[in-house]
Amino acid sequence: MDMLSYALGALSPVNLGLALLGVASGIIIGALPGLSATMAVAVLVPVTFGMAPESALIMLGAIYTGAIYGGSYAAILVNTPGTPSAIATTFDGYPMAKRGDGDLAVTLSTLASVVGGLVGVLALLTLAPLLAQVALSFGPVEYFWLAIFGLTLISALSEGSTLKGFMGAGFGLLLSTVGVAVVGGDIRYTFGSQVLLGGIETVSALIGLYCIPVLIDLVATPEAHLKVDEEQRGIRLREGLAHAWLGKLNLLRSATIGTGVAILPGAGGSIASLVSYSEARRASRDSASFGKGNPQGVLATEAANNATVGGGFIPTLVLGIPGTPPDAVILGALLVQGFRTGPELFTTNANITYTFVAGLFLATILLLPLGLLIGRYAFKSIITIPKALLVPTIAFMTVIGTYAIRNSISDVIIMLTLGVVGWLLNRYGFRPSPIVLGLILGPIAEQGFVQGFLMGRASGSYATTFFGGPISLTIIALSLLSVFYPLIKARRARRRGHDGGDSHQETSS
Amino acid sequence: MRISRSIALATGFGITIAAGVTTLAAADDFPSKDVQYVIPFGPGGESDISARLQQKYFEEITGEQLVVQYMPGGGGAVGWSQLSDMSADGYTIMGSNLPHIILKPMGKDVGFQTADLNNFFYFHYSPDAILVRNDSPFETLDDLIQAAEEAPGAVTLSGSGTYSANDVANTRFQQLADVTTTYIPFKGTGAAVTALLGGQVQAEWGYTTVAANHQDKVRMLAVAAEERHPLFPDVPTFQELGYDMVGGAYRGMAVPEGTPEEIQQRLSDIFQQINENPEFQQKMQDLGFVLMDVPLGEMDDFMAEQHRVYEATARELGLID
Repeated sequence: MDMLSYALGALSPVNLGLALLGVASGIIIGALPGLSATMAVAVLVPVTFGMAPESALIMLGAIYTGAIYGGSYAAILVNTPGTPSAIATTFDGYPMAKRGDGDLAVTLSTLASVVGGLVGVLALLTLAPLLAQVALSFGPVEYFWLAIFGLTLISALSEGSTLKGFMGAGFGLLLSTVGVAVVGGDIRYTFGSQVLLGGIETVSALIGLYCIPVLIDLVATPEAHLKVDEEQRGIRLREGLAHAWLGKLNLLRSATIGTGVAILPGAGGSIASLVSYSEARRASRDSASFGKGNPQGVLATEAANNATVGGGFIPTLVLGIPGTPPDAVILGALLVQGFRTGPELFTTNANITYTFVAGLFLATILLLPLGLLIGRYAFKSIITIPKALLVPTIAFMTVIGTYAIRNSISDVIIMLTLGVVGWLLNRYGFRPSPIVLGLILGPIAEQGFVQGFLMGRASGSYATTFFGGPISLTIIALSLLSVFYPLIKARRARRRGHDGGDSHQETSS
Repeated sequence: MRISRSIALATGFGITIAAGVTTLAAADDFPSKDVQYVIPFGPGGESDISARLQQKYFEEITGEQLVVQYMPGGGGAVGWSQLSDMSADGYTIMGSNLPHIILKPMGKDVGFQTADLNNFFYFHYSPDAILVRNDSPFETLDDLIQAAEEAPGAVTLSGSGTYSANDVANTRFQQLADVTTTYIPFKGTGAAVTALLGGQVQAEWGYTTVAANHQDKVRMLAVAAEERHPLFPDVPTFQELGYDMVGGAYRGMAVPEGTPEEIQQRLSDIFQQINENPEFQQKMQDLGFVLMDVPLGEMDDFMAEQHRVYEATARELGLID
């Protein structure tokens, strides 16, 4: 086939330069809290109007790939997920950085992102039309159960304090109802305030709940931000490769989960990385060390979230239904350029499509050298900048980043409030992740339930609507397993005579 | 470079407010700098896409850039409730959408009133349409109506949002055809069309634009436009079939209160000129939009008429007494 010539098209000096520029700028934007992949792509769109369509698409794909990966820096080095899909990266990445292994964690994240990205793009290249049909078999009811399944992960993610985990999730669910309801149109829990009208934006909640407590603790304690081992500085590639080789099954499983979840337009990278994280933990023989700086945790989430890039493009290109928010922007750019998605993109416009896929491939490969290079620089600057400078810099970035999400001062106020609330809750053993999970999954569950309810009423049977489909039943079974697995395991452990003790998922101080 | 650009854009909005105090330029040399175009929705939607298409021609006509920004939240309410705080010098304009700006503030406080928006030009609309999958047993609108008559409420239609253009269209249609259907709101048109393609609903309240994007998978039963759309010459209008329905999602631009009349007129003229560009017309048509011109001078009459139409529907929806 002409595949090779398309690939060579992507490799022209101009396109190569654009991919390089796109990946590098994407990494930097993604690393800044608040500046998300969606924004990076949206800002770039008008710039690409003047370019040849292939070049424009290559650059958009490159910046997207870079930004998703860049999100891991903030997660690892300052405990702040730059994008929702990097939430689980904080679980082990930040503890690693605290104990002096930040450079290793960044290297692992780079390797995992490359592997995950390649798996995603490979799926896009070979299985796109087939997998797109899977996206369509997920209706409101299936999304409802998927969200419930996501919530059950809390019990797996917060062993030792399951009750507090579920309380946190309940708080998150409540937060998710603030604002104008999509289904029903009611205005809820705004207390007449303009600030709350737009609801609580996920990324600003992330910044508040994760980053502000870190900042408060940095100011409150005299210790350095991260521990630094003098003799081990830099890339630590050999060590990283060894970990990656050990976790090759973990990498592949996580990348597959990432691709699979990304195909579902209503799910998203946060669910993908959380599912693969909990799977990695479950499969591990050393599951107790997850959440305390286990390198496999970083590998799992980063492989999964970069796999969502390729996976998300499957419904976007085949069906014209964006798989992720950045895909929606790229789809818009395609329409403005005069392209229509669907079979046309694989026939009459095949050259552009395949050049784009080749470009994504290229961008993923470029992550390796660029990521290691920029990651090393990011790590060094975080550990060398004195605390007196580091804290105000990060604080400033959180405010600017939050404002930039949707040009809203309200979001900044909400972010700061949630930050203080999160810090207080942390002191009483409530971790931010269940809260954020509740916030993200709440709307999916609510909309799915109401839509399913309406469908059930129209069809005359609620039971068949909610419990009739094979996919629903499978997800329900998985949820039950997910809830009871830790209980079964705990009982088994207790029988063997050693108590689990406290195993906190995230350390924040 | 990319970074500085993004930060510049991110903070650009704040700068505009600051700059607003200092300039009150004469209308003839307006605009003499970039104009900020705030879309009260997220990127990638129809408001964004049509704004992106205007961008290029705005620059051709004025030599200045039209900088698109987003202020999503609350189905547009977050943006519109902040419009009155923005600089009233014409350098900040905001996307304005019907029926949103009329239906949202009805009977509740969403932070703005319809009258707060000084609309200076409405430039197109996406006509409402009923879409079905290619393999649907509904060949004509009558088939669907018949099915709805036989089993009231059993025909399910997805659509975007509650009290939205789609919801209004369904309510009006139920009245005109005297049938009961089940309308299922989704978050955005993308999710609504996914439910249609996946077979979770039997039909969808969408727009000609949705049909244009998914030509290979869906067909329309009827279009709520005055004439058949050039892209779909075989699809009848609702009027042809005996239902007096013309409407959809209308889009235009507004400025904050207090913006000088002559600046508003100048903006209206610029966007009218964009609407007259044949290349722009072709691109909009290919995407399924229908262009229209409601310049500043005709705006009051247009809005009054829309108000009358939507008030009746709002009563039916139970939004107001």
